[in-house]
Amino acid sequence: MTTTAPVPFRKKFAWGGLAFKTVVVLAYVFLLAPLLIVFVISFSSNRYLSFPPEGFTFEWYQALPQQTQFIEGLQTSLLTASITTVIVLLIAVPATLAIDRYDFVGKAALSGLFLSPLLVPTIVLALGLVLVLGPLGLTNTYTSIVIGHIAITVPYVVRTTLMALQTSDTSCEEAARVLGANGTTVFWRVTLPIIRPGVIAGAVMAFIVSFDEAVISLFVAESGRPTLPVHVLRYVENSADAVVAALSVILILFSVLIVVIVERVVGLKNAL
Amino acid sequence: MTATQTLAEARATGPYLASGEQEKRTKRRNRRIALALVIPGIVGLAVSFLFPLVYMIRMAFNEGSGNGIVVETFTFSTILDPLTDSYYWKVTADTFLMGLVVGVLCIVVSYPIALFLARTQSKWMGLLLAAALAPLLTSAVVRTYGWMVLLGDDGLVNSTLLGIGLIDSPIRMANSMSGVIIGLVEIFMPYAILAMISGFGRISTQLEEAAGSLGANKAKVFFRITLPLSLPGVLTAFLLVFVLSISTFVTPRLLGGGVVQVLATEIYDQATGLLNWPFAAALAIILLVLFGAVISVYQALIKKIGG
Repeated sequence: MTTTAPVPFRKKFAWGGLAFKTVVVLAYVFLLAPLLIVFVISFSSNRYLSFPPEGFTFEWYQALPQQTQFIEGLQTSLLTASITTVIVLLIAVPATLAIDRYDFVGKAALSGLFLSPLLVPTIVLALGLVLVLGPLGLTNTYTSIVIGHIAITVPYVVRTTLMALQTSDTSCEEAARVLGANGTTVFWRVTLPIIRPGVIAGAVMAFIVSFDEAVISLFVAESGRPTLPVHVLRYVENSADAVVAALSVILILFSVLIVVIVERVVGLKNAL
Repeated sequence: MTATQTLAEARATGPYLASGEQEKRTKRRNRRIALALVIPGIVGLAVSFLFPLVYMIRMAFNEGSGNGIVVETFTFSTILDPLTDSYYWKVTADTFLMGLVVGVLCIVVSYPIALFLARTQSKWMGLLLAAALAPLLTSAVVRTYGWMVLLGDDGLVNSTLLGIGLIDSPIRMANSMSGVIIGLVEIFMPYAILAMISGFGRISTQLEEAAGSLGANKAKVFFRITLPLSLPGVLTAFLLVFVLSISTFVTPRLLGGGVVQVLATEIYDQATGLLNWPFAAALAIILLVLFGAVISVYQALIKKIGG
């Protein structure tokens, strides 16, 4: 009956929609361009970083195992990111539990404190860390990297854990308590299983942030214990071949894998 | 009626009254537990965050002459030094302008994606969201490297432009401020998208539908309804990108190729090259002040537009 009215409207809508979709696609191309280009160049046989590729090769990937500094950097990064994640889980999850489930003075200030490291420029924090750790003789050690990465990873674990705690149903905990379980048992048997997705998401984020972090590592451990990002930064500064592209592709695939896992477990929007 | 009353009375007077003392005791006990739970976290942040920050600020009041020589004193001369040097005014102004331009451009390119992701009912939604946010989980070093390949003299952009005859010689994009800006816009897009998506989520689509059914065309609906209502999200995204831009180090260092000097690269050079720690700390304080100023302006604006 009212078929005449919507037709012109829909026609206009379709044109606007097309323009909008084009803009969205272009924005996506821009956003993903550096990752795509790294992928292409990692298979290009050009000696130097140039376009267009002259041929296809696996040479850069085959060259990777000989780059011992990358292997060492990878070991350092994996070790420090793992230790950082464990320590941050051990200190941040209990603190978040206290913030959400207990009442005490200064609660709001405390949760502000736990989220505040994200509000301070990393380079400023890096400078402060090297000034403190230097005189103590701790620079260029695994310890310095771990200490440096604790502050910047705590907010991620606090945020995801807090979200899990706030959205969880406390009736199971009350039931367990009424039935005689003490606080420790309630936590391990009831609360933790309920908030596990949030804790896992926080742990994954903490690991990635620590693994990818370059600035603090550069300041506190450039000469003694360079992490992988520090090695890559140095290599990129000094050479112009595609070895780093091959390494980057592997790292990108690694992140994609993690993104898929996080998306499956908790949903990406909640983790970031 | 009486039965429930007695029950209520029993509740009020019975075991609960007797346990008034016990309740106090549980409260005290809970406070002790909470304290035990938060102490490790506080210690961790004190060691890795608060103390370094305070120490750094104190360092700016010492005197330094490079090579790691620090004279322990309390003076304002180190902090005033960069303020009386026109070079550091220029570096600070460049840092500020870079943040401003990156912030604006980043909003412009991120807005369509955010609006699309907030409104789409596509079954590819999950994948498209992941594609928009995945770069966030890739090291800034890797993505900057990608831009070096794209923007170099022999890079994709220049060889394409040369190939189709638009230019005769490569445009200098790598090792320049414009290259750094292009790289940073892309690197911070996921943050802007994330901040704006949550802003769009709060806008009711019913308003847009109402305007549409009352005869407004798509463009009018967008400019009169969607855009004004999305301003708080846009402002938050802008602040986030600005704040991230002015403190970023890796991209200006690599894409700037030593030509682009911002506060972050200057802090690095002073701290690790010249080993003038008090001066590096003074520059860091300038950066912190810039940070604080922008955040206060943001809070005032957000209050004004009622976000």
